[in-house]
Amino acid sequence: MNIVVCVKQVPDTATERKLRSDDKTLDRDAADGVINELCEYAVEEALLLKEAHGGEVTVLTMGPSKATDTIRKALAMGADKAVHLVDDALHGSDALSTSYAMAQTLKTIGFDVVILGSESTDARTGLLAAMLAERLGVPQLTQANKVDIDGTAIAIQRLTDYGHDKVEASLPAVVSVVEKINEPRYPSFKGIMAAKKKPVQTLGIAEAGIDASQVGLAGAWSEVVDFAAAPPRAAGTIVTDQGDGGTGAAEFLASKKFI
Amino acid sequence: MHRLNDDYEALRKTVEEFARDVVAPVIGDYYERCEFPYGIVRRMGAMGLFGLPIPEEQGGMGGDYFALCLVLEELARVDSSVAITVEAAVSLGAMPLFRFGTAEQRERWLPKLAAGELLGAFGLTEPGGGSDAAGGMRTTARLEDGQWVINGTKAFITNAGTDITGFVGVAAITGTREDGKPEISTILVPAGTPGFTVSKKYSKVGWSASDTRELSFDDCRVPEENLLGTRGRGYAQFLQTLDEGRVAIAALSVGLAQGCVDESLRYVREREAFGHPIGHYQAIQFKIADMEIRTHTARLAYYHAAEKMLAGEPFKREAAIAKLVASNAAMDNAREATQIFGGYGFMNEYPVGRFYRDAKILEIGEGTSEVQRMLIARELGLSSL
Repeated sequence: MNIVVCVKQVPDTATERKLRSDDKTLDRDAADGVINELCEYAVEEALLLKEAHGGEVTVLTMGPSKATDTIRKALAMGADKAVHLVDDALHGSDALSTSYAMAQTLKTIGFDVVILGSESTDARTGLLAAMLAERLGVPQLTQANKVDIDGTAIAIQRLTDYGHDKVEASLPAVVSVVEKINEPRYPSFKGIMAAKKKPVQTLGIAEAGIDASQVGLAGAWSEVVDFAAAPPRAAGTIVTDQGDGGTGAAEFLASKKFI
Repeated sequence: MHRLNDDYEALRKTVEEFARDVVAPVIGDYYERCEFPYGIVRRMGAMGLFGLPIPEEQGGMGGDYFALCLVLEELARVDSSVAITVEAAVSLGAMPLFRFGTAEQRERWLPKLAAGELLGAFGLTEPGGGSDAAGGMRTTARLEDGQWVINGTKAFITNAGTDITGFVGVAAITGTREDGKPEISTILVPAGTPGFTVSKKYSKVGWSASDTRELSFDDCRVPEENLLGTRGRGYAQFLQTLDEGRVAIAALSVGLAQGCVDESLRYVREREAFGHPIGHYQAIQFKIADMEIRTHTARLAYYHAAEKMLAGEPFKREAAIAKLVASNAAMDNAREATQIFGGYGFMNEYPVGRFYRDAKILEIGEGTSEVQRMLIARELGLSSL
């Protein structure tokens, strides 16, 4: 089985994240790049599927050249090889153009199942899985907390407020996973050393069959018009219980439109 | 080696994240309950932390002893019980077997030890023999009908009584040498062997989430082939084992010292007194500067000892210096960090309280500070003037 796991490098959530003043995109140089946390669950699930069904796990990353650190981490966890889509023309792509670029790359490299985290900690749109499936013309099985594959049949379980959904489809398909699905492994020293020898194929947009006019800032369908720092947190309201604490708390929540 | 290469750095970073995300949130509770953290050990096993210096062919990670030291430092930055569990399992359990064991012994035990599925322990210290381990040894093993019959008691043995303890390597007197001194050999005693009794856990000042036991052997019989390496080489084996172990304990001590710096830096930015965060005051700044100096120099000392060890050069002096400097750093930093935290430092719920309790043993185990000085003086030619 040809398993492709999409992995994104994001700025470390422990450091201050900034947008650039010139083109209003993420300032990737200002923060350390780390693997997006949910992508670790996606890699783990890909490795578990490989261990259960055989095949090969390919990491697919779209990002600047420094994203190789993140690719190495996924390879150190146990993925077999990687494809790094890197091109200056991709800078500033929004979710829609990213899904186009990733879909074109996936068509180029081929897949039976594509696995990705349900969202990234930077943009947090959570849109990519659905957009990819649409562009690739394959089923989408999103927000999975359990994945089962039997031959060409794939089924996932999705936790909901009312219980869980079971979604079935046939391969090829796109699956997005949530953090309840597994416990990502830490790379071993052997894995770390082996990762250096694993093949990483670098693709530019031409090699991946990507039309330059549909990606980057120019090809984006959404535009960041302005941004501002989040206002500092205001002082809280203290409701003192004098026999009417419940009412006070309820009134406060109602004033904030929580209830 | 003072600048870590990419492999070492990636390993260090991985374990730093593991310690922060997996160990730190739960270890205080294990410590409080004096409970061995099997779940953490299982995950460290899956990461290969118990197999770092063991070659891949024997189930290990194909790394080296310095890689182990880096891991011990990162673990001990967060918790020493977890670090000593790995240290003892690898340095005292797996390494003697790897170095001195027969092909059959290695085949039987090493892959499981390297995977952390089983833990090996090393029984050297006795109730009446610590620094003078050889002179104070009373445990005996005699050959009888193709079996070693072991009698005696061992004290303070790490990893000897867990559910996953595989064996204890027991140093015992097996005869008398030609020069009249006792002949010492090491014999592997599998857990559960009749006549081998593991007492209940000690109540310890620190390292409370690690497993430390007194062991007694009462006509305990194991097959003759359980001899580790050559008969009569027990003394030489444990001297070599302890030299390496000192570098490992130095690394662990540096981790604790660094943990004190980490915790203090965080706290002095938050805690306010007399109108400022306490980090504003020079009295506090100098304490932390001194803590950083001790940690840095101790780290250089153990890196240097490890470098000589890996190069196959004599490193006894460097190992003793590293162990002494690092355990002093750990003890001093723990005392100062606790002072910075004030009353909170005396509470077990804060890591520095745990560091304070865990630091003292570092001046005792794997050779006391006095023994280190003795070794250093001896290396300078001052043994028996």
